[in-house]
Amino acid sequence: MAAAMTQQAPEPRAEAAGIDVRFRGVSKRFGAVAAVDDVSFEIPRGSFHSFLGPSGCGKTTSLRLIAGFEQPSEGEVEIAGVPMVGVPAYRRPVNMVFQHYALFPHLDVFANIAFGLKQLRPRPSAAEIGRRVGEALELVRLPGMGSRRAWELSGGQQQRVALARALINRPTVLLLDEPLAALDRKLRRDMQMELQNLQREVGITFVLVTHDQEEALSMSDTIGIMRDGRIEQFGSPSELYDAPVNRYVADFVGESNFFAGAVAAADADGATIRTAQGLEIAAPYSPRGRKLAVGSAGVIAVRPEIVALWDPAESGQALADYRFRGRVRNRIYLGDQTEFSVAVPELGEILVRAPKGSAAGAAGFAAGTEIALGWRRERALALADG
Amino acid sequence: MAKAATSDDSAKRRRRWTALLLAPAGLWFLALLVMPLAVVVVFSLGERAPAGGYAPALSLANYLNLPARWTAFRNTLVLAPIGTLVCLLAAYPLAYFLAVRTSPRYRLLLLILVIVPFWTSFLIRTYAWMFILGGRGLPALFEWIGFGEIRLINTPLSVLIGIVYGYLPLMVFPIFVSLERLDKRLLEAAADLGSTPWRSFRQVTLPLSAPGVITGCMLVFILLMGEYLIPQLLGGGKVFFIGNALVDLFLQSRNWPYGSAVAMSLVILMLATVTLYLRLTRRYGGRDVSLL
Repeated sequence: MAAAMTQQAPEPRAEAAGIDVRFRGVSKRFGAVAAVDDVSFEIPRGSFHSFLGPSGCGKTTSLRLIAGFEQPSEGEVEIAGVPMVGVPAYRRPVNMVFQHYALFPHLDVFANIAFGLKQLRPRPSAAEIGRRVGEALELVRLPGMGSRRAWELSGGQQQRVALARALINRPTVLLLDEPLAALDRKLRRDMQMELQNLQREVGITFVLVTHDQEEALSMSDTIGIMRDGRIEQFGSPSELYDAPVNRYVADFVGESNFFAGAVAAADADGATIRTAQGLEIAAPYSPRGRKLAVGSAGVIAVRPEIVALWDPAESGQALADYRFRGRVRNRIYLGDQTEFSVAVPELGEILVRAPKGSAAGAAGFAAGTEIALGWRRERALALADG
Repeated sequence: MAKAATSDDSAKRRRRWTALLLAPAGLWFLALLVMPLAVVVVFSLGERAPAGGYAPALSLANYLNLPARWTAFRNTLVLAPIGTLVCLLAAYPLAYFLAVRTSPRYRLLLLILVIVPFWTSFLIRTYAWMFILGGRGLPALFEWIGFGEIRLINTPLSVLIGIVYGYLPLMVFPIFVSLERLDKRLLEAAADLGSTPWRSFRQVTLPLSAPGVITGCMLVFILLMGEYLIPQLLGGGKVFFIGNALVDLFLQSRNWPYGSAVAMSLVILMLATVTLYLRLTRRYGGRDVSLL
């Protein structure tokens, strides 16, 4: 790629073509604490990848290891097939959009965006710099704003400047460190959309770090869910949602009702869990989960949208294998769907989401109503409780 | 109408409060700066009374006679800028080390060490340098080592050493503050965009610490222009500043009008250099430049 040459990185190794970022057994320790602990993954060229996890899970450190602000304590980092260990940040073919943008306060918008170009050797001509900065301003839809100072811009505009500045050198990989966290909700949605369009337009690999699952799910081709410096699961958004490896992932991606207990019975396809209340609930394993051993800690995950609600006068046998009675505690109308919180004596508080067209959505059970609820066994998941 | 009148009233009240709050500072300014300065201007146009002091007159003779004190002007105008420059060159790395490279655990301790000299009187410290640079101080040591006979005291160099010693902390602090405030992520951003550490220093650190550099330089330079003690003790009447000339004129020869003319020209010189300097550095940081 052009960026590899402009930033003086060595030529990529042929066999690694197609993979833009590769970690092999990477650890990063600060004193006794491992911020990143034996992590391996591959991010294909031209894809949009997100690291998702709570603060302190190692996602930002992973990003900084790619950027070159940190060097791994162990393991190998490759960008476009080129080993990067020992290569300083200013020689790597990656650019970053910082969390609070880190725009240079002493430079105007034009000079901020031109900064990367001016570091190239041989240095491009003034005309060339002017042309490319103009293009970049067009790309992020800020034409004619070149002479403004960073502090004169709104948050959304600053973010676009940061994007243009990071894209101007045509990096192999664009790194984004919680780039939308400082924006208000409406603007964040718009920018998510724009980021996705931009990524398709420029065809550069994007690596995003976020703690916002909605953001990660809506934008990414692949997501790495991180915890305590490790990657719990690496996969597409639908894979993480439909086939979480354990409770942590199921809890982090989307919402679930969890019924925890000891595994009472297990076979090749699924497990039965006995809750503290003595209730036995069975479900198939998650396609990416591991088989559970009898006696180990397990959990049944029931997504709110697979729970059916019906009038307790009816049997509901056609709707669910597990059937309970409860009382609606809360009803939240969300437009396209309605969210119910139902108190069930045997299970506790159950979250239910009914789409607008469904029977429960139409019936609109009010708070205080006695209702029946349940779900089909094969739509729930039996997971390791970890 | 009624509403407009009320808001008019409140605006008037606010103005009155503002005037009241500014009055003490205004009076101070008027009584201790403007009026004395006016007296000096009047004196500078008069002539020396036969027994010394001031006799009314209206002539520019005192100003035309300024070249007679050329040496004092030359020494001040050469050593004050050089002293400021040497202070800057010595203070910047120190401030950088303190603000960027020192762990916060030791930073306070090291900052205190920078101020510790202020705990002793400036006079005593300068006296100490008189002995260090004097015949039985460093020169004796150098001679014993075998460098031959070296004279330090009463030379421009000894005055410069005294200046750098005395004024270094005043330069360190503003630069330290501007470097400490510098967002370290800006340096990461620069590196990320392909800038080598040296280029990042030139393109990011240096311009962003310019306000501190300007403040430090102004502080040191303005104080140096009026310096009296260091040339008195370490220049020994051979390397003297305008301040020494003033003491001489007012207290020894009691030529107040001539002394007033010298004082006025010092004020004008200072205003001119400061204005020029600020104009030259205006382009750095726009809103960030402030005197303290």
